[in-house]
Amino acid sequence: MTSPQTPGIAAHRLDAARLASNFEDVQPPLDHHEARVAADRCYFCYDAPCIAACPTEIDIPLFIRQIQAGRPVEAAMTIWSQNIFGGACARVCPTEQLCEGACVREAAEGKPVEIGRLQRYATDAGMARNSHPFAREAPTGKHVAVVGAGPAGLACAHRLAMRGHDVVVFEKRPKPGGLNEYGIAAYKVPGDFAQAEVDWLLGIGGIEIRCGVELGRDVTLDQLRAEYDAVFLGIGLQDTNALGVPGENRAGVEDAVDFIERLRQTPDKGALPVGRSVVVIGGGMTAVDAAVQSRALGAETVTIVYRRGQEAMSASRHEQEHAQTRGVRIMHEAAPREIRGNGAVSEVAFAYTEAGPDGLRLREAGFRLEADQVLKAIGQRLGPLPEGLGVRGGKIDPASLPAGVWVGGDCAPGGEDLTVTATAQGRDAAEAIHRHLTGPAA
Amino acid sequence: MADLRTDFVGIRSPNPFWLASAPPTDKEYNVRRAFEAGWGGVVWKTLGAEGPPVVNVNGPRYGVIHGPDRRVLGLNNIELITDRPLEVNLREIKQVKRDFPDRAMVVSLMVPCDEESWKAILARVEETECDGVELNFGCPHGMSERGMGSAVGQVPEYIEMVTRWVKQHSRLPCLVKLTPNITDIRKPAEAAKRGGADAVSLINTINSITSVNLDTFSPEPSIDGKGAHGGYCGPAVKPIALNMVAEIARNPETRDLPISGIGGITTWRDAAEFLALGAGSVQVCTAAMTYGFGIIREMTAGLSAWMDEKGFTSVSQVTGRAVPNVTDWQYLNLNYVTKARIDQDLCIKCGRCYAACEDTSHQAIAMKPGRVFEVIDAECVACNLCVDVCPVENCITMVELPKGTVDPRTGITVGDYANWTTHPNNPMARAAE
Ligand SMILES: Cc1cc2nc3c(=O)[nH]c(=O)nc-3n(C[C@H](O)[C@H](O)[C@H](O)COP(=O)(O)OP(=O)(O)OC[C@H]3O[C@@H](n4cnc5c(N)ncnc54)[C@H](O)[C@@H]3O)c2cc1C
Ligand SMILES: Cc1cc2nc3c(=O)[nH]c(=O)nc-3n(C[C@H](O)[C@H](O)[C@H](O)COP(=O)(O)O)c2cc1C
Ligand code: SF4
Repeated sequence: MTSPQTPGIAAHRLDAARLASNFEDVQPPLDHHEARVAADRCYFCYDAPCIAACPTEIDIPLFIRQIQAGRPVEAAMTIWSQNIFGGACARVCPTEQLCEGACVREAAEGKPVEIGRLQRYATDAGMARNSHPFAREAPTGKHVAVVGAGPAGLACAHRLAMRGHDVVVFEKRPKPGGLNEYGIAAYKVPGDFAQAEVDWLLGIGGIEIRCGVELGRDVTLDQLRAEYDAVFLGIGLQDTNALGVPGENRAGVEDAVDFIERLRQTPDKGALPVGRSVVVIGGGMTAVDAAVQSRALGAETVTIVYRRGQEAMSASRHEQEHAQTRGVRIMHEAAPREIRGNGAVSEVAFAYTEAGPDGLRLREAGFRLEADQVLKAIGQRLGPLPEGLGVRGGKIDPASLPAGVWVGGDCAPGGEDLTVTATAQGRDAAEAIHRHLTGPAA
Repeated sequence: MADLRTDFVGIRSPNPFWLASAPPTDKEYNVRRAFEAGWGGVVWKTLGAEGPPVVNVNGPRYGVIHGPDRRVLGLNNIELITDRPLEVNLREIKQVKRDFPDRAMVVSLMVPCDEESWKAILARVEETECDGVELNFGCPHGMSERGMGSAVGQVPEYIEMVTRWVKQHSRLPCLVKLTPNITDIRKPAEAAKRGGADAVSLINTINSITSVNLDTFSPEPSIDGKGAHGGYCGPAVKPIALNMVAEIARNPETRDLPISGIGGITTWRDAAEFLALGAGSVQVCTAAMTYGFGIIREMTAGLSAWMDEKGFTSVSQVTGRAVPNVTDWQYLNLNYVTKARIDQDLCIKCGRCYAACEDTSHQAIAMKPGRVFEVIDAECVACNLCVDVCPVENCITMVELPKGTVDPRTGITVGDYANWTTHPNNPMARAAE
C-alpha cells in the first residue's frame, strides 16, 4: 500500500477507516436534547436581523420557536416555504457570514444561536417523513423550460410546479443537483444527501428532468422559447479562469473543480489518486475545499497560496480555520510565476505580491514550493452562452434577455455565489414567471 | 463570619436551613447523609397513626415543569405521608437525634381529627427526644379526602382545635404547617395562634396538574391512564410563598408569630428573602430533591458571606427586615416617577423591549434606523416590562425623575409623597385637613 509519503500522485494513501472518518459529517446533527437547548437560546427578536441576513429570508425565530415547542416538522415547513433547499443550506451555508453573523447573541457574547444546525435538525425531521410536504395548485396548463438542474433551476422548477405549471428541466450532466452534487465538499453533504434531497424535491410532481441535454448543443434557446411559455436559465458558471503562467499544462496541474467533481463522483475515495505535495492556488471556497479534501485523501503537505492578504480571501474565516485544523497551510501575498517540472510538475515558483496604484504587482523576491499536484482555484466564469445574451460584470446581463426568459443563480448578477442565493433567485424568478403567465397581461 | 446559629422557638440548629418534611427526611439513611452534609435540621417525613401504614401509588408520583436545558422549575407530587411503620420511624428518629444532638429534629404529624389520636402519637413522639412537632395541615392530596391534611388546614376552627390538643398533651414546641390552598392565609395562621401554636410553617404544596399527555389524554404523572391533582412546589411557587409569609408577618394579629419559611428555596438568596420577610428558619425540599444534599454548602456560605457584607452578625437580625416595607397598594407613592433608560452600549438590538412595549404596553419605545431603540419619555408609564423582557442585565434601567421636574407624559411636576388615599380621582379620598 502507498502512504502519505509516497512520491508522485498516488491512490490508497490512507486505509479505509481513516478515509471514512476524514470524510464523515463535518458537523454532526444535533440530537433532540441539544436541539432544545440550542433553540432555547433564541430571543425571538423583533424584526430579527437574522431574517434579513438570509438571502431566502427564512423566518428563523419562528422556526426555532417551533423546535422549542416540540414541532420540528412544522419548523421544517417554515424553512421550506421560503427555501426548498433548506436541508442543503443548513449544511453548506457560510452561516457565520449570513444569519449567525447577524444574530444578536453574536454581538452580545460572540456565540450566536446555532441557526444552521437547528435548520438541519428541523429539515432532517421533515425529510424523515418520507413524503413531499407541498401540494400543487390547480393546473394552469402552462409549460416552462428550466435549463440547469442546480439549486437555482430546481428551486425555480419547484416553485413553478407548486403554482400549477408543468416544468421540464434540461441538464447537461448525467445527474441533477448542480454543484450540490458535483461541487460542494463531500464532508458537508455525506451519504448522497444531494440526490436524496433532489428526489424529495421532485416529490411535488409536475417536474420532468431530462439529463444529458445541453443547451447550445442539443437544443437552442430559440427552440425552447418557441416550445414553452417561459424559460429559466440557471446554468451556473461552467468555465474556469486560467493562471496564464508557463507550465500550466503540465501533467499534475488541473482545475480544482474537476478534482472535486471526480472526488464527489467516486464512491471509493481510496481509489482516488492525490499528490504527496499539493499546492492549491486561490482564496475562495473552492480552494479551501480542494485543499482540505486533498489532505483528507492522504496528501502529506497541502498549501494554499493566495495572491492577496488574508482579509481579502473570499473563503470565510471559519472555512480558513477549518482548513488549518485539517493540516492545510495557508500562505498569502504570493502568485505563481512558473510551474516547473521535467514533464510532470515538480515545483511551483512564486513571486511575492504587493498592492500598487494599478493593482497587484509581482515583486522580484519569491520562493519555490515542491509540488506533484497543482490545483487551480482562481475562479469560475460563465461558459458559452446562447447567441444574443450579453455579459456584464461577469454575469448574464438581464437587460439582454429576450422576452419570456429569466435567469438566476451563479450565472446571474446579485448576491454572492452561494447555494442559498441561487435558491432565492430561482424561487423569485418562478414567482415572476408565474405572475407573467397568469397576470392580467397574460 | 456571620453566626448562622439559629434558635427558632427554642429549637436550636447550627444554621437556619432545615430539610422540609418530604422524601429527603423519610428515613435514617437520608437524614444522616443530610446532617453529614451540613443541614441544620430536618422535619421528619410526616408520621401517621399507629397501625398499617398508608400505601403509595406504584407508578410515577411526580410531575415536572422544565425550564431551558431541563432545569426543574416546578415539581408536583401525589405522594402520601410516610408509608413505613410508625415504630421504625420513631426508632430511627431517636437514634439520629442521639448521634446529632446539635441538629434540629422536628417530627411532622398527621393523624385523624380526634383528641385521642393526637394524644396517643404525641406520647410516643416525645420518647424520641426530638425538638418539636410540626402539624401537617397542608397536604392537598390523598390524606385530605380522609379528613386530614389540607381538609383540616382549610378550616381555621379545626386548626385551632387540634393545635390546642397538641399543646395540651405535649411539652414540645409546636409548628403548624399551613396549606396555601386557601383564599386568605392570615385566617389559618390566626387560628393556629389562638390554639397556642409556637410557630407556623408555610407553604405546603399547591393543588396542581403539571401537564396533560396529548396522546393518552391523561394528566401527568399518569397512573394507568388516569391522573389526580398533586401538590406543586419548587422555584415556581416561591413568589406565592413569599407573599403568604409576608401577609402573616405584617398582620397585626400574627406579627409576633414565628414563621418557618418554605417554598421554592433553591439558593442562599431565596432563603435570605424569606428571612427578610419574617421567617426565622427556612425549609427546603425540591432543591434537595433536584441536586442532592450538597447544595447546603452553597446556601450556608452564601448566606453567611452576604450577612458579613451587610454587617449582620446573626440570623435574627435579618428576620423581618423587609416587613415594614411591605404595604398595601393604596399607600404607594404616586409621586415616585421613573422612566426606562436603554443603555445603548449594552444594547444588543434584539428588539424585545420594542415588541413588548409596542404590542402590549404603551408604545413608548421608538425603533430608529440601525435598530436603535430609545424610550419616549412622553409615553413611558414606567411599567418595567421592557426591563423584564430584556435579555441583557442592566441594559434597561428605571431612572427616577427628581422632585420638581415635569413628567413629560403627564405634564405634572413631580412632588412630595402622595398616595391614592388622598388622590383627587379617588371617590373615597379623605380631604386633606
Ligand atoms: C467547489 C465549490 C464549493 C462550494 N461550496 C459552497 C458551500 O459550501 N456553500 C455554498 O453556499 N456554496 C458553495 N459553492 C457555491 C454553490 O455551489 C453555487 O453558488 C450554487 O451551486 C449555484 O447554483 P446554480 O444553480 O446557480 O449553479 P450550479 O449549481 O452550477 O448548477 C448549474 C447547472 O446547470 C447545468 N448546466 C450548465 N450549462 C448547461 C447547459 N448549457 N445546458 C444544460 N445544463 C447546463 C450544470 O451542469 C449544472 O447542473 C461552492 C462552489 C464550488 C464550485
Ligand atoms: C399585567 C397583567 C394584568 C392583568 N390584568 C387583568 C385584569 O385587569 N383583569 C383580568 O381579568 N385579568 C387580568 N390579568 C390576568 C390575565 O388575563 C390572565 O388571566 C393571566 O395573566 C393568566 O394568563 P397567562 O399567564 O397565560 O398570560 C392580568 C395579567 C397581567 C399579567
Ligand atoms: S417601562 Fe413600560 S411603558 Fe416604559 S418603555 Fe418600558 S415597556 Fe414601555
